Amino acid sequence: MNFLKRTVPLVIAFVMGVLMAMQYYVPHKLSQDLLEVVSRWDRIIAGFAVFIGAYSLFHLHWTRIKRKVEGWGYSVFVYFGAIITLIFGFLNGGKFFWNDKQQGTMFDWLYYYVQVPAGATIFSILAFFIASAAYRTFRARTNESTVLLIAAVLVMLGRVPIGNYISQYIPAIADWIMAVPNLAAKRGILLGVSLGAIATSLKIIFGIERSYLGGGD
Amino acid sequence: MNLLKKTFFLTGIFFISFFITSILVAQSPAFLIPPTEFKAFDTPNDAGETISLTWSASPNDSPDVFYVIYIDRDKNGAFEKEAIRIKSNTSYRTSAPEIYGYKKKNGDYHYVQIFPKKVYNGETLPKKQTLYFKLTMVSGDTKVFLDAIASATAHGNLIHTKKINNFVIMIIISTIILYFIVHARRNPDMFLRKIGGLDAVDEALGRATEMGKPVLFVHGLTGMGSISTIAATSILSRIARKIADYDANLKVVNNDPIVMSVSQEVVKESYLEAGRPDAYNSDNVFLVASEQFPYVAAVGGIMTREKPAANFFIGYFYAEALILAETGSTTGAIQIAGTDAYTQLPFFITTCDYTLIGEELYAASAYLSREPMLMGTLRAQDVGKGLLIIILILGTILASFGLTFITHLFEAF
Repeated sequence: MNFLKRTVPLVIAFVMGVLMAMQYYVPHKLSQDLLEVVSRWDRIIAGFAVFIGAYSLFHLHWTRIKRKVEGWGYSVFVYFGAIITLIFGFLNGGKFFWNDKQQGTMFDWLYYYVQVPAGATIFSILAFFIASAAYRTFRARTNESTVLLIAAVLVMLGRVPIGNYISQYIPAIADWIMAVPNLAAKRGILLGVSLGAIATSLKIIFGIERSYLGGGD
Repeated sequence: MNLLKKTFFLTGIFFISFFITSILVAQSPAFLIPPTEFKAFDTPNDAGETISLTWSASPNDSPDVFYVIYIDRDKNGAFEKEAIRIKSNTSYRTSAPEIYGYKKKNGDYHYVQIFPKKVYNGETLPKKQTLYFKLTMVSGDTKVFLDAIASATAHGNLIHTKKINNFVIMIIISTIILYFIVHARRNPDMFLRKIGGLDAVDEALGRATEMGKPVLFVHGLTGMGSISTIAATSILSRIARKIADYDANLKVVNNDPIVMSVSQEVVKESYLEAGRPDAYNSDNVFLVASEQFPYVAAVGGIMTREKPAANFFIGYFYAEALILAETGSTTGAIQIAGTDAYTQLPFFITTCDYTLIGEELYAASAYLSREPMLMGTLRAQDVGKGLLIIILILGTILASFGLTFITHLFEAF
């Protein structure tokens, strides 16, 4: 059992890791075809994985409905929404699912007029959360937080027309802050992240990091 | 005197005629000066789908003059098929630094790439088909054909020579990492600076145990193909092991089915290792939604209803980062975030109690386990960073004096 659960996955990780690393340096058509095949395998596996995810989701909400835990009514809505979407998806505007997907069906309507606005609503909460986070954070408690406060005020003013009305230098200062110290910090973080990603990738390829298989090291 | 006057008169007529003729000749489209050095060759470092053509610029190059290249499979063919048509003041070797570098003369030569498959409308050409090209200069109704016919055969290349610098750097860094992994076995006592967020994990789990409330682990939006998600599952296994020891409650929310499957396996094995297989509940590791904002709404709802004592946001996050962190902070939970998404770091830093910034996320596995081999990679990363800093300083100084060879040495194609 250990052979199938530990050894085989480690061998696959090593072989595929080295192969795909080498693929990057080989421009030949065979190499491009290999990349295409592996990408296709990945998409197929992800497609099958959707069933696992769907089972988990429905099982979770069925348990909540059965036990009538707090908020179980929302779980009823999950089933309601899923069933309605499935019905209209299978109907496919009257042509049924064995034909090509039709445009302008009720399925599309549910996506464009229910799901997209709902997502936009959640996204719009971000504006209020940014304001509340800024109110809590931009306090001149220490030297560093004072610098943060001044920089934040300059950048915010520099990004709106009123900044230019106050002074023509504010947008220029805001641009400088974003282009020089901010970019320097971003690049520093990226350098560290890149090296960390290389090290983590090597650990996984060579089987040093095995926690993703479960069961520690 | 008469002779002198005659001489002056004839000389004047001669120069005026010459001057007028020169102007007319220069403006006349009939007098196109064709380019020279017309060559075709297989485009290097590609899959064998293109052929490159180059020729010298002509003094007549202008927006009104065009270069037209005709293609044929037979050297003695009619050359009726047009492969490419460009304005004569465009497409120079300067646009192909991966082939010609950064020489000053690159502006004196034209360069184009031909895709034979596109020219022949997707028709499958025989392998190693030699193709022939003819260059024409066109201005209005005037066409000037070059006598020379260039030919080339496209074939795939086994090695991308312009990526050799990348390969060498990869080998060097990999060697350093592997060396320190081996070295760490012999010398396991290695200094690691304190990472506040990781030291606070015990505190957060202890708090959750005392309050009798769950610990919420939130994965990012990327799948198992992302390094940050792999690092997150590594941290999850350590957290799950401690939670099993403390007999607390762990909930793991997922956005991706594969990540969910891996997380279930990781948590289950952690509980087994802790000797608490009975405490493991597979319903606690679940998928909430596969879309971004439904995921946020579901996780926000879980936080508001169940009020976990500790929230862990580990992985790669997008716009939902602040919504999750702010919702969590309103419930009074201790929050530890770890992400390599530099755009979301400011939001996590302002709203979470502790934040693992960038590479600290990758260091978490080594830091929490203190295994020598994992800690060796941290030392190797530091050495790599030191090398990069030296190269950056050296390159900046040299570039300030106009010596850009280090910049080009590290250029990626």
